[in-house]
Amino acid sequence: MRTALSGVALLGAFAVSLVAVLTFSHPPVEMVATGNPGTGMQLNYVPAQVAQALAINQPPPALPLIDAGPPAKTVYKNVQVLGNVSTGAFTRLMVSMSNWVAPQQGCNYCHVAGNFADDSKYTKVIARRMLQMTIAVNTTYANHVGSVGVTCYTCHRGAPMPTQIWFTGVTPGSGTGLVETNMGKNLPAAAINNSSLPSDPFTPFLLNNEQIRDQGTTALPSGNRQSIKQTDWTYALMMHYSQALGVNCAFCHNSQAFSDWSESTPQRVTAFYAEAMLRDLNRNYMVPLTATFPVSQRGPTGDVAKINCATCHQGVYKPLFGAAMAAKFPPLLGVGATAAAATAPMPASDTTNATKN
Amino acid sequence: MTEYQNIFTRVQIRGPLHAGVPVTGSVFQREGKPFFSYLMGIIGNAQVGPLYLGSLGVASLICGFIAIEVIGLNMWASVGWNPVLFLRDLPWLALEPPAPAYGLHIPPLNQGGWWLVAGFFLTAAMILWFFRVYRRARQLGLGTHTAWAWASAIWLYLVLGFIRPILMGSWGEAPPFGIFPHLDWTVAFSLRYGNLYYDPFHMLSIVFLYGSVLLFAMHAATILAVSRFGGDKEVEQSVDRGTASERAALFWRWTMGFNATMESIHRWAWWFAVLTPLTGGIGILLTGTVTDNWFLWAVKHGVAPHYAPIYSPAIDPAAVQGVKP
Repeated sequence: MRTALSGVALLGAFAVSLVAVLTFSHPPVEMVATGNPGTGMQLNYVPAQVAQALAINQPPPALPLIDAGPPAKTVYKNVQVLGNVSTGAFTRLMVSMSNWVAPQQGCNYCHVAGNFADDSKYTKVIARRMLQMTIAVNTTYANHVGSVGVTCYTCHRGAPMPTQIWFTGVTPGSGTGLVETNMGKNLPAAAINNSSLPSDPFTPFLLNNEQIRDQGTTALPSGNRQSIKQTDWTYALMMHYSQALGVNCAFCHNSQAFSDWSESTPQRVTAFYAEAMLRDLNRNYMVPLTATFPVSQRGPTGDVAKINCATCHQGVYKPLFGAAMAAKFPPLLGVGATAAAATAPMPASDTTNATKN
Repeated sequence: MTEYQNIFTRVQIRGPLHAGVPVTGSVFQREGKPFFSYLMGIIGNAQVGPLYLGSLGVASLICGFIAIEVIGLNMWASVGWNPVLFLRDLPWLALEPPAPAYGLHIPPLNQGGWWLVAGFFLTAAMILWFFRVYRRARQLGLGTHTAWAWASAIWLYLVLGFIRPILMGSWGEAPPFGIFPHLDWTVAFSLRYGNLYYDPFHMLSIVFLYGSVLLFAMHAATILAVSRFGGDKEVEQSVDRGTASERAALFWRWTMGFNATMESIHRWAWWFAVLTPLTGGIGILLTGTVTDNWFLWAVKHGVAPHYAPIYSPAIDPAAVQGVKP
């Protein structure tokens, strides 16, 4: 009996240490204090994890800068967005886009061989819209992207479909039947750090404009009707921010008073502007392309792939550790783009053709 | 002096098996044939059984079983009745209370109705168990301290799942039944109401919780330390102090200038344990009903500091633009 008991104890200890070794981060952890003394606001860095993130978040080498030749629209046909870009810069960007998005497939991933002006491939229609989106991010959302900006590579990383995308989940409480309907939570949620929190806080907050702020703003009740359940959804969104950026709560907040701006860091302001930006990108760029995408690339409810923090950040507080990649591609900063391209959403010219794909 | 190195009881008393005093005035008798177990003997009494269930015990177990079934089957259904997923994802699964839109109305079963059913039967099971413990104590001529300590736990449970939701006008305010989900609820509760750590009754509850642990360690250590002098005969020593009692008292007077007695230490422990959920329940009850943001409440009353901004600009960008997001 004594032997059996020790056996069970040993086995248990072994299982616990196995879980600890395989899943816990181990010392050393480097800590950087960021807030007022004694508030415990600190950022934690595990050197092994930082090294791993650094290794996979490097910008690819840029082609030599060329800016020569007549405007692209005078040489090529059907150049709707980059018409005023010089032929040299235009060709350089086209080759770079191929390297960033479809390195295996090459030009023909978007273009019809022999007739590059043809819009019959759906990928070309989407690529044009994404080009407009990139220019819009770099020109109108400096409050979020700063001088770092974005390029196609920020999200695509050499893949035609960015890996970090999201689709709308089931509508909570929409099910029928006798047993409890799907509440949109209480299952391991990969995008929410494997928590049991709501798995799709993106639809309410980054597509629709539901209220993110829950915390009371006065000591005593004064009409704030936000519920604990609503707070669950905000909590889930914040866990996504944390996971997508590889940071903890204290990167933006003093956890003593999460909602208090006066005790928050400037990074919280940057994150605030991302919310409006993502709603704009998802609503005005991604959703209108829904029918352009083949069904196989859409989500379980037939919706289009959409953008959240992880799409660009991929686990790092600044995408590609803040490498100023966009600056090497002036057309992506709006230089030479037609005025209409940067401002008004341009409907995909021939979605009718594209849907046949 | 290797006494303290033992985790388990060293002495196992094995007299003849006995069923205890006769049960009177009950339709039920004790269940099961008693037996000795070495394994049970190293953590408690070596004799196991017989067990007295009685009408209250049976009713309580039935209600508890129904509650666990309602919770468990709904959890299992949420993974498509897959047994492997049920075991793997069990810590994530939950039975949710109704959406806030239902207020205090009774929702359809699949929209939180099951949560009300489970809550009803779990509450019934706990209250029936209170009466069972109360009645068992009375039958043996004991005081009813255990029953009232249990009632304190029921109070906290009822505040969380019944009294506060009613005051707030929404079942949706109550916690879900689930392992991780109820912990997430706790965090969300604190986030919504401006940090529960600044709730003075939550502070008291923590004091009593940690205090209970400290008292438990102090008392157990003292009794084990004087057991070589017969210190384990605590109850007799309340009125007839022997050398063990004197030595234990002297030890604490030397250490901290004051000592409890064989009687008072148990009153300390009982009150600390009972006050933990009692004060905690008051803290929960005041949250959202009387206060909306505990941090701001604490700042207002000089309990917590509002740190000066160290970054600039540290202002709400929504306020700058004049629009709420």
